[in-house]
Amino acid sequence: MSGQTLYDKIWDSHRVRDYDDGTSLLYIDRHLVQEVSSPQAFDGLAERGVTLRRPDAHVAVADHAVPTRLRANHLPRGLAGDQISRLVRNARAFGIPYIPMNDRRHGIVHVIGPELGFTLPGVTLVCGDSHTCTHGAFGALAFGIGASECETVFATQTLRQRKQKRMRVTLAGQLGTGVYVKDIILALIAKIGTGGGFGHAIEFAGEAIADLSMEARMTLCNMSIEAGSRVGMVAPDEKTIAYVKGRPLAPEGDMWTRAVETWRNLGSDPDAVFDREVELDVSQIAPHVSWGTTPEETLPVTAAVPDPRLEPEPDRRARMERSLAYMGLAPGTALSDVSIDRVFIGSCTNGRIEDLRNAAAIVRGRRIADHVVGIVVPGSAAVRSEAEAEGLDAVFRAAGFEWRDSGCSMCVAMNDDRLRPGERCASTSNRNFEGRQGQGGRTHLMSPAMAAAAAVAGRLTDVRNLDA
Amino acid sequence: MQKFTKLSGVAAPLPETNVDTDVIFPARFLLLPNKTGLGAQLFHERRMRKDEDETPPFVLDTPPYDRSEILVAGRAFGTGSSREQAVWALADFGIRCVIAPSFGEIFFANCFKNGILPIVLSEKEHAAVLAEAIAARPIVVDLESLAITLENGRSIGFEVEAHRRRSLLLGLDEIGSILIDDAGAITAFETRQRETHPWLFLNQARLGRFGDEVE
Repeated sequence: MSGQTLYDKIWDSHRVRDYDDGTSLLYIDRHLVQEVSSPQAFDGLAERGVTLRRPDAHVAVADHAVPTRLRANHLPRGLAGDQISRLVRNARAFGIPYIPMNDRRHGIVHVIGPELGFTLPGVTLVCGDSHTCTHGAFGALAFGIGASECETVFATQTLRQRKQKRMRVTLAGQLGTGVYVKDIILALIAKIGTGGGFGHAIEFAGEAIADLSMEARMTLCNMSIEAGSRVGMVAPDEKTIAYVKGRPLAPEGDMWTRAVETWRNLGSDPDAVFDREVELDVSQIAPHVSWGTTPEETLPVTAAVPDPRLEPEPDRRARMERSLAYMGLAPGTALSDVSIDRVFIGSCTNGRIEDLRNAAAIVRGRRIADHVVGIVVPGSAAVRSEAEAEGLDAVFRAAGFEWRDSGCSMCVAMNDDRLRPGERCASTSNRNFEGRQGQGGRTHLMSPAMAAAAAVAGRLTDVRNLDA
Repeated sequence: MQKFTKLSGVAAPLPETNVDTDVIFPARFLLLPNKTGLGAQLFHERRMRKDEDETPPFVLDTPPYDRSEILVAGRAFGTGSSREQAVWALADFGIRCVIAPSFGEIFFANCFKNGILPIVLSEKEHAAVLAEAIAARPIVVDLESLAITLENGRSIGFEVEAHRRRSLLLGLDEIGSILIDDAGAITAFETRQRETHPWLFLNQARLGRFGDEVE
């Protein structure tokens, strides 16, 4: 019999029972609660007259709808404020901790879960947000769910699930200068497609993983959903353990010793078998930018906008034509000739300290182009204060960027930070969907360094040229 | 939950690939407080038209498809955000069944919680059903017999997980079933886990005091 994968091990240790039809009732250890997907779930509980099975397993924070500037000590007016205050009331009524937007622990759910030590290796963790796969970077089984499933977790601490197939993505080689983990995940999505991971839980492995920081691994796992997989994981190693140690909710003393022993045995067994294997030589990857309206529509920045007439498959051709029309791009245009209006550095994909350091290294001593408006939005208050302690805020401000408070910001058009129709943005976020950053807005996805370089150049540009 | 047994009528064709949940239900409407009445925002940007607009109206606003309860979509329908509003909006608009070669997985799971049947067909069978939709010929979707019947009598089988099929047919509430059938097993699991993995049980007090917002 072959060995078990990381995914198999966590799945097995959380099976409450198996049903006749091959599904299992999976125990959920952790649930991050935010303002968008929780109100209807809380309403459902109230209608049933049911309380939370385990209030200690949840933490609530508002991230999508919060303003990121002029954050006075009161809620914004209108629907956004109403949505946040509903979360506050629900958290109080159901007895779960709520982190206010001006608290030093505030931030995007997927940034603060790890910061708090709420996210641990080996746990099952869910949130009503598709980017919950981020937490897989710790060797957790973490996935996004809808509001109905949030209600199920509140009431039962379980979810009925079918086990997914296992896919291993092996990353070989070393990244070149000016190339980052964001380029790896964009290149992977371009390779296997937006639906490439359907039905599979991805484990990222290979020599390149060992070199990646926890922040980089979170970026990698974060966009697994953009490759179609709800789950992206990395086996815990000494870097993982060092990151978790001493976090506010991490185990301590004897409990820590026991936990670490368990975590060291979580990695896939050498003889484990995967249903699908994908290999990527990261040394061959150039900086990537998206050109279309789905993340698989991504190319190296050295390429030109593709020509739909050369695409033989009719569905794909129609899709490309629609994307180019929305994006206002002509086939054959060099990507590095595409002028931009806005730059967004932040999000649960790229709003961590390492991302801000990488972007700051590019803009230090430079100015962003006159026609460009750039904002830097730290993923959490902790990231913000760490960046300020390093003087990064001063670097960004001197270059002409606005320095904001933590939140989802311009990754999702639910707060004040939005593109206007036709505006083009170099963005470190995760989705280039139509209207994602604002109605009619045009998004180009890229790494923080590439976004910083685009801000300086006023157009998409190869960060490796700016370095020289 | 509303039961689903059988549907018949003309299906609406939307053969575009990679239609994500931001297109189905744009993000800015996620601030709306309720799960009902969201049909007005369904495919909002695609349906919004100006007087000078020469493009044809969106398929769901074009007779006979404005009364369709079945949507024949393209590959990777419902990818992206987990927002259940995408499903609530479809349901509110009157869509009870979506047929596609593949689906975003969270969207797919959300459908079953709201009385909507998502059906995965092979590319070939999907093409056959899509042709019927484009020709505005009615089809029948039968969850009991797990078959789609075309006007010419051709029958195309499909698969649905047994418990999901049962939940839709009977309009069952999954939370209620787990609370009734599995409460004992969950308690036993937690007791075991407290022994073997005690660090998984949190003491929130370690985070210190949490606050409220000033309203």
